[in-house]
Amino acid sequence: MSSATDIPPNQKARAMSRSLILGGMLAGIMLILALVSFVWTPFDHAVMNIPDKMQPPNAVHWLGTDHFGRDILSMVMVGARTSLAVACLSVGIGMSLGVPLGLAAAAMRGSWLDEMIMRGNDLVFAFPSLVIAILITAVFGPSAANAIIAIGIFNIPVFARVARGGSLSLWAREFILAARVAGKSRARISVEHILPNISNLLIVQGTIQFSLGILAEASLSYIGLGAQPPTPSWGRMLAEAQTMVSLAPHLAIVPGLAIILTVVGLNLLGDGLRDRFDPRLLEGRA
Amino acid sequence: MNFKSPFAAAVCAIGLMVSAGWAKETVTYATSLEPPHLDPTAGAAQAIDAVVHFNIFEGLTRFTPDGAVVPLLAKSWEISEDGLTYTFTLQEGVTFHDGSAMDAADVKFSLDRARAEDSTNAQKALFTAISDVEVTDPQTVVVTLMEPNGSLLFNLAWGDAVIVAEESVEMLKTNPIGTGPYRFNEWIQGDRVELVRNPTYWGEVPPLSAATIKFISDPTAAFAAMMAEDIDAFDNFPAPENVAQFEADPRFQVLVGSTEGETILSINNAQSPFDNPKVREAIAHAIDRHAIIDGAMFGYGTPIGTHFAPHNPAYLDLTGQSDHDPDKARALLAEANLPDGFSTTLHLPPPSYARRGGEIIAAQLAEVGITAEIINVEWAQWLETVFKGKTYGLTIVSHTEPMDIGIYARPGYYFQYDNPDLQGLMNRLNATTDPEKRTEMLQMAQQTIADDYVNGYLFQLAKIGIAKAGLNGTWVNAPTAAIEIGALSWAD
Repeated sequence: MSSATDIPPNQKARAMSRSLILGGMLAGIMLILALVSFVWTPFDHAVMNIPDKMQPPNAVHWLGTDHFGRDILSMVMVGARTSLAVACLSVGIGMSLGVPLGLAAAAMRGSWLDEMIMRGNDLVFAFPSLVIAILITAVFGPSAANAIIAIGIFNIPVFARVARGGSLSLWAREFILAARVAGKSRARISVEHILPNISNLLIVQGTIQFSLGILAEASLSYIGLGAQPPTPSWGRMLAEAQTMVSLAPHLAIVPGLAIILTVVGLNLLGDGLRDRFDPRLLEGRA
Repeated sequence: MNFKSPFAAAVCAIGLMVSAGWAKETVTYATSLEPPHLDPTAGAAQAIDAVVHFNIFEGLTRFTPDGAVVPLLAKSWEISEDGLTYTFTLQEGVTFHDGSAMDAADVKFSLDRARAEDSTNAQKALFTAISDVEVTDPQTVVVTLMEPNGSLLFNLAWGDAVIVAEESVEMLKTNPIGTGPYRFNEWIQGDRVELVRNPTYWGEVPPLSAATIKFISDPTAAFAAMMAEDIDAFDNFPAPENVAQFEADPRFQVLVGSTEGETILSINNAQSPFDNPKVREAIAHAIDRHAIIDGAMFGYGTPIGTHFAPHNPAYLDLTGQSDHDPDKARALLAEANLPDGFSTTLHLPPPSYARRGGEIIAAQLAEVGITAEIINVEWAQWLETVFKGKTYGLTIVSHTEPMDIGIYARPGYYFQYDNPDLQGLMNRLNATTDPEKRTEMLQMAQQTIADDYVNGYLFQLAKIGIAKAGLNGTWVNAPTAAIEIGALSWAD
């Protein structure tokens, strides 16, 4: 596979790399906010100062205070941590289970194993993911951990499909045939030759799933099934702001913008990465 | 308008009449809590009373909106010199919604059922003073007491003391049949109960022909429904932050009153470490009531220092005894051999006083080293695990029953406070009719539970009633949980 730098720059590629830069920047800002919150936040996000409640953004509280007088910037920063952690771990669950399943299905193409994995995938896909996530958190109790598991389960078939689809075309390639002739087992070929060659696909898909994970976490928290108080969460900040929007619009605008910017950023990043890495697009340009 | 046919004109006219009729003849009333069932004689939930009391079911006496006790199904009564015999004369021509007549036998059945050994009545203590109920003729019932009881007429006004018929008693939970001005029509679970006017009501037939009582616990949904005028009135509006907006809007009237709701941080007194009074005292000093009232209720609420309503003449202001003092709380924890604090659970039912108040309390407890893990529960789950199951550490709930300090004399009650002195005091109180002595004893009881720091006493819940302008007859105060549809009417 040729690297992207070999491609003569054209109009489309430059436009796409802009989305890569913008997306990377937005996602990077959120990541930095989340990381900085471990060592520093302007105020303690959990300390309530009720006489100072619902202040609009000002010099002391840059993004204002909420209905308990907590500093919103600090909450958004720690909330970024919650969002990114849930999204990251759920993508991790999806990848670590979905990719091996997809590789196995591709390696044993047409066998009963392939059938079973892919029909199982279809089964999970058949349910609206958020509805099942609600069911899981309702049964096992609302918490960030259960939200991670619920969102993670729905990432499994996504990665299984991408891994299987990407692998299938590789299995017909000469270098794989050579490896088989050399006597390598299917499992070993999958790990040593197939996986490195589909890693770009997985990274692109991972970025997209990451942004969906942020949205899913926000949705679950919004209906009270995600991270529980006092852990700040963007979705719950939004839900709590709802009856107070007319009194203090910043209560809703700030977490709303945080969600939008992160999700837009990750989507742009995913698009940009896909345009760089996707072999089909590369072939089209060559 | 140019109608193509007289038929179209007629349809249109009927349509106009119907829509005009809808605006004047019915009401959609909302309340935050859905009752678990509809039998007020077999459940503690005040949500049951809110829906059925005075609408479907009636008792011998009733509360007026200002808290006085007046006759209802009992037209009048005579009390013997020694205070032991009450002779009730019943209203005439009273029928149940199934058509059968209500007479003295039904009264005897209802009272005997409520006080029986195997009674499922949630407020059985209301009836313990009764030794015998006798029917002398269809319109007369004689209630004999074991000892004089100053609160019998008050007790009979509770929703738990309504008169029911033996034939319908098995089905009351889903098909309530009473004597009230409204009949039960339908209960769409999770949404609403529908009532229709009882045309054969024994008293004055109420102005509105039908009523819908909707259950909306989510503050956001409540605000949206009220603003969109999907509902005509809200019994106790769950989002106090929006009150100013309703006040500024000429479409609505805001009625802020008092309730009998002592909002408390209930402590599981039987569970370690809460069985140590020092730990409970530490919790009481860790709590800042004013922060809770401002933060969770936007200023609506009156601080209390014991389990008693501040608008009651016998109220003692004991808030100073459990003032906000985190240092003292830490010192008390150290005395209780818990210098590093401890962890517990804080179960929060849906009302915003609990959910928001709970977040504030968890933060205040954290300041003195107590980690309270917040567990948000639905109402049915709260009744099951906290109220019945008693598997909890802390919880927040508003006790909206009137004059309910007697719950502290029940060792099996969910906060599991067992103090024989207080139990004896409450027994003596029940046997006392002299108002002055009763006040004195009530104050002793208030002092005792404050001294024992049984629970964290937070504030008296305000009743924030919101109604459309033009709806008359809504209760401003809530001496009991009730939405009295019969008192409502629309101004022209």
